[in-house]
Amino acid sequence: MFMNALLAGLTLGGVYALVAMGLTIQYSVSRTMNLAYGEFLIGAAFAAYMLFGTLGISPYLLAVVIVPVAFGLSWLVYRIMATPLVRRAGTGMALEIDSMLLTFGLLFAIMGILLLVFGSNYTNYSYLAVPIRILDATVPANRLLSFVAALVVGGLGWVLLMRTRTGAALRAVAVDPVGARLVGIDVQWAAGLAFGLGGAVAALCGVMVSTYLTFTAEMGVVFTMKALIVVIMAGVGHVPGALLAGLSLGLVESFVAAYLDPGLTVAVIYAVFLLVLLLRPQGIFGRVVR
Amino acid sequence: MNTTTLRPYLAILAAAGLLAFTPLLVDSFWLTLAIGTLNYMILATAWGQFSGPTRYVSLASVVFFGIGAYTVAVLGEVLPWPLVLLVALLTGMGMALLVGLATLRLAGIYFVIFTFGLSEMVRQMVTWYEVNITQSMGRYVFLDISQETIFWQLLGLLTLVLLGAVALHRSRLGFALRVIGGNEPMARHFGLEPTRAKLGLFVASSAVMALAGAIMAPRWTYIDPAIAFNATLSFQVVIMAMLGGMSRLWGPLLGALLMSILFEILGSHFPQAFALLLGLVFIVIVYLLPNGLSGRLSQLLARPAPDLSLKEPHHER
Repeated sequence: MFMNALLAGLTLGGVYALVAMGLTIQYSVSRTMNLAYGEFLIGAAFAAYMLFGTLGISPYLLAVVIVPVAFGLSWLVYRIMATPLVRRAGTGMALEIDSMLLTFGLLFAIMGILLLVFGSNYTNYSYLAVPIRILDATVPANRLLSFVAALVVGGLGWVLLMRTRTGAALRAVAVDPVGARLVGIDVQWAAGLAFGLGGAVAALCGVMVSTYLTFTAEMGVVFTMKALIVVIMAGVGHVPGALLAGLSLGLVESFVAAYLDPGLTVAVIYAVFLLVLLLRPQGIFGRVVR
Repeated sequence: MNTTTLRPYLAILAAAGLLAFTPLLVDSFWLTLAIGTLNYMILATAWGQFSGPTRYVSLASVVFFGIGAYTVAVLGEVLPWPLVLLVALLTGMGMALLVGLATLRLAGIYFVIFTFGLSEMVRQMVTWYEVNITQSMGRYVFLDISQETIFWQLLGLLTLVLLGAVALHRSRLGFALRVIGGNEPMARHFGLEPTRAKLGLFVASSAVMALAGAIMAPRWTYIDPAIAFNATLSFQVVIMAMLGGMSRLWGPLLGALLMSILFEILGSHFPQAFALLLGLVFIVIVYLLPNGLSGRLSQLLARPAPDLSLKEPHHER
């Protein structure tokens, strides 16, 4: 039981970590809290489901198409929808509220479109559900693969942010948008790029979880909520922190479900989240800014 | 402006007095629609009274509404009706006090996210309690309360809320809240206590929502956590208050009226398009009506006739 809970927790946590990484990049660079984030994930899951059903191509190959499309769409959303708000409000509270309302709108609009196209039924398909034995526990290959993808993409994201010029520019904007402009960084370009990257990561997660999870058009909010909790717990903009906090969240959820009661997972996660908010509002790894 | 005139109070009472005849004049279809609209008006006004001045976007409306409804489901047949309402009120206030103490010190965005998830958590905990302790998922509410009585109770509550809002607006606390909403650090320098003022307002607004939930509960006859704590309600309340605009007392009323009619038409003809419509209205508000319809109307009325300003050359005053 322990080994099973551990493996289930790690695979679940891997997905949470990845989902949170995408959101933390989006929010810290563009300062736009994207509450429609989970909708991109579910949208990609439905795309994988539909394309796999009609073309019969492996979902992992489909990701090669779906992920860049999600990048483009997210980038467009920022360019077309968020940029006018940034121009109107400058920075600060008004922008925060405006962008929140906008992404609420997007959340319901995307969910509405998915509902119209796919209906409100639970959807699932199975791909590569081959059991793999690790020590004395078994894990389906598709869950294991999503964990591997989380590790690989998490590593790639870290390299991009920490070891490349583009990553340095993104981090500079996250720390200080005004200062970044002074040293010649195009802040709007960086924000759009970060938004696109976040959307691409969400879509990758969507494709990965679609191979083993039962999903509905209305489930995006669940992922957004988990991602938000992880991002805030870790400290906004802290990528390794988000990966670690995501993994821990998955483990907590899986152990609570295994040893306590599956009906109490949200309550326990919420209690942890509340505790962090009260004791360290800047996040476990975050530093106090200004 | 004369702040001691009784005119707004009298206007509210007169309007309520006229509306009180509605159940005698219309059939059950319109009465149902009117009850739904009144409920939304109460929720949107209560929400706006807290979120307008403080700019805290709360998505916990359904938590308090659901608490009110559940109080009725649990105690409705045990206690006399006025006591049930009192318990709903006190439970809502207690919950709001806890949530407020924990979260109102947080920055705006954290507050949104916390309240966003709170309804999910409460729903899961009530579900867990019902499944494991009472061992039944739903509850039946068999109370002998007619549609007419529900209408009158809601109308009475809305009247009280509006009267209270006018009184608050004119009070020292109301002024303090506007200062806090405008610039919180400045308010602190004036010796105001933002957290306490916000907490008081949050508790009052939540108590109203709990009462509305309690009054509405007998309409359902069957209640389960998914019905009572349906998160969509929180979003509907936000959108109604924002569409109407919170700078005027009648803003949320107008927003609630328009959206109720829209939901009614859409619900009967295109139920699948509900979420899409909700999303589009949000987007329209953000781009075209940042201060809501009431803000836009006041702006149009306050603007001098354009041809007059054209004759005068622009100059600094």
